[in-house]
Amino acid sequence: MPTTLVQVENLSKTYVRGTQRVEVLHGIDLAIEAGDFLALMGPSGSGKTTLLNLIGGLDAPSGGRITVGGVRIDDLPENALARWRSQNVGFVFQFYNLLATLSARGNVELPLLLTRLSRAERRARADIALQLVGLADRAAHKPAELSGGQQQRVAIARAIVSDPTLLVCDEPTGDLDRQSAAEVLTLLQQLNREHGKTVIMVTHDPKAAEFAHRLVHLDKGTLVDVVERPAA
Amino acid sequence: MKYWQLIRAALLRHKVRTLFTLLSVVAAFLLFGLLDSVRGAFAGAGSSVAGLNRLVTVSKISFTLQLPKSLLEPIRAVPGVADVTYANWFGGIYQDPKNFFPNEAVAANFLDAYPEWQFTPAARAAFRSTRTGAVVGAALARQFNWKVGDRIPLQATIFPQKNGSNTWTLDLVGIFHVTDERQKAQEKLLLFNWDYFDEARAFGAGNVGWYVVRVADAAAADRVAQAIDALSANSDHETKTQSERAFQLAFVSQFGDIGLIVGAIMAAVFFTLILLTGNTMAQAVRERVPELAILKTIGFTSGSVLGLVLAESVLLLVLGGVAGIVLAGAVAKGLTATLGIILPPIVSSLAVWTRSLGVMVLIGVIVGALPAYRGLRLRVVDALAGR
Repeated sequence: MPTTLVQVENLSKTYVRGTQRVEVLHGIDLAIEAGDFLALMGPSGSGKTTLLNLIGGLDAPSGGRITVGGVRIDDLPENALARWRSQNVGFVFQFYNLLATLSARGNVELPLLLTRLSRAERRARADIALQLVGLADRAAHKPAELSGGQQQRVAIARAIVSDPTLLVCDEPTGDLDRQSAAEVLTLLQQLNREHGKTVIMVTHDPKAAEFAHRLVHLDKGTLVDVVERPAA
Repeated sequence: MKYWQLIRAALLRHKVRTLFTLLSVVAAFLLFGLLDSVRGAFAGAGSSVAGLNRLVTVSKISFTLQLPKSLLEPIRAVPGVADVTYANWFGGIYQDPKNFFPNEAVAANFLDAYPEWQFTPAARAAFRSTRTGAVVGAALARQFNWKVGDRIPLQATIFPQKNGSNTWTLDLVGIFHVTDERQKAQEKLLLFNWDYFDEARAFGAGNVGWYVVRVADAAAADRVAQAIDALSANSDHETKTQSERAFQLAFVSQFGDIGLIVGAIMAAVFFTLILLTGNTMAQAVRERVPELAILKTIGFTSGSVLGLVLAESVLLLVLGGVAGIVLAGAVAKGLTATLGIILPPIVSSLAVWTRSLGVMVLIGVIVGALPAYRGLRLRVVDALAGR
């Protein structure tokens, strides 16, 4: 029987910009099962990225509860939340966000610096992650020496190297050509199917959304629709 | 150490900028090391004469004032005095004013007071017996390619001769060596016979510039110094007896308050350094906001990010600072070799290193504090959104 990994209850988020209060999310309820591949869709400003950031523990909600893997993350203090992120969540962004001065291996190794692993163990695990994304032969290359698709695969390797249960991806194919996008999405699908990672992906692209099991539509900060998709 | 690759990567992000910042830190600490060594050397010259067996007696009012030669025997009679000799600054020029070297007229037994100067017995005897005899250090002889038997014409700047001539022609009778590397600068000295000087000078005959007193027991130096000064107390030629080092200090201090000058220069240097490296660090961190946001995203705490930025700025200062202090040590060694005759030995002591390391860390923390605070306060979602 599937277990619920992420439970979002009556979630709201309000930003204060100068004298203005902007309510970005209100009354969101959502349950995401372990092993799910979920696409968050909706027009710009609908609150997709805000919801993703809240589930990933990058931001704190203004109201409501977020429980991930049985842990209430909405009331965790900042340092505890940082530790929780390092152990439970992998992040993939539209613009890869790799450190330009580090090699692919160095970038993948970053999350492992927060563990007690030895240098050799860190290096071995980073190499395995790079192997998994098909870039074992590019370990020593700097980001500038890699194509956009390769950089995004390095970012995915960085996201999975500490073996998190949850992958949160914000427009992971938004900056890629069609072929690279398909490779990245196939990789995410593989991680979901073969390694049991729960994937939450924000996307505007209907083609990308086809890789998900469920499509969650947001509009003006409200959850308007959840569509189950048959397994591809 | 596992964060080393992150700190290294940050420093190498803009290699040229890091290099120039590093060079400015090297230059600043080269100056700091050198000036602190100079300040320490002067401070260390000390006022106590305890433990030293060679004292210098000069006029209490100013060492540029002369003392009567009649003090010679009373000084010799002071209990504890092993021997006394005397000298006078001559200040002559050889060929060109830029060929500066110290030259003095000295009593025949002056050479005996300095056993560290190594002469042949023949040279010692010739100096005593030759009225126009002069001896020079080996370094000075090499500089002007002098050899024993040469005649050296010195142009007087202070003491013309009675006959109106400004030219004092000396006969080189000996060349001395100094084996102690720290005292090697003494090989730049020229000494010539007192009798020639005193008999031929147009004014001041019968007066000496300073007395050099050898004490039998170094531990009694303070008491001997006081006894010598008591000889001329309340006279028109009161004396001040002090260690050679203190005498050198007084000589150089005529140029100004060394401590104040050194302090003012160091303050200006470090003020500029803080502005320069502070600006560099602020710029470097501003450019890396997205990278710092990523570190926070993957689980680095705000404290870790603060520590990384501070470590980066402290490392920059320590790398440049250590290089600067090492260079300062080399320059100090060169200065001591060149100017050791008029300056106390300038060395990069442990105290200089300790103070320098403290200053490096302090400035590193100061210049890194504001950028590090920015990293601490960084909101990940804002930084990732480019806000």
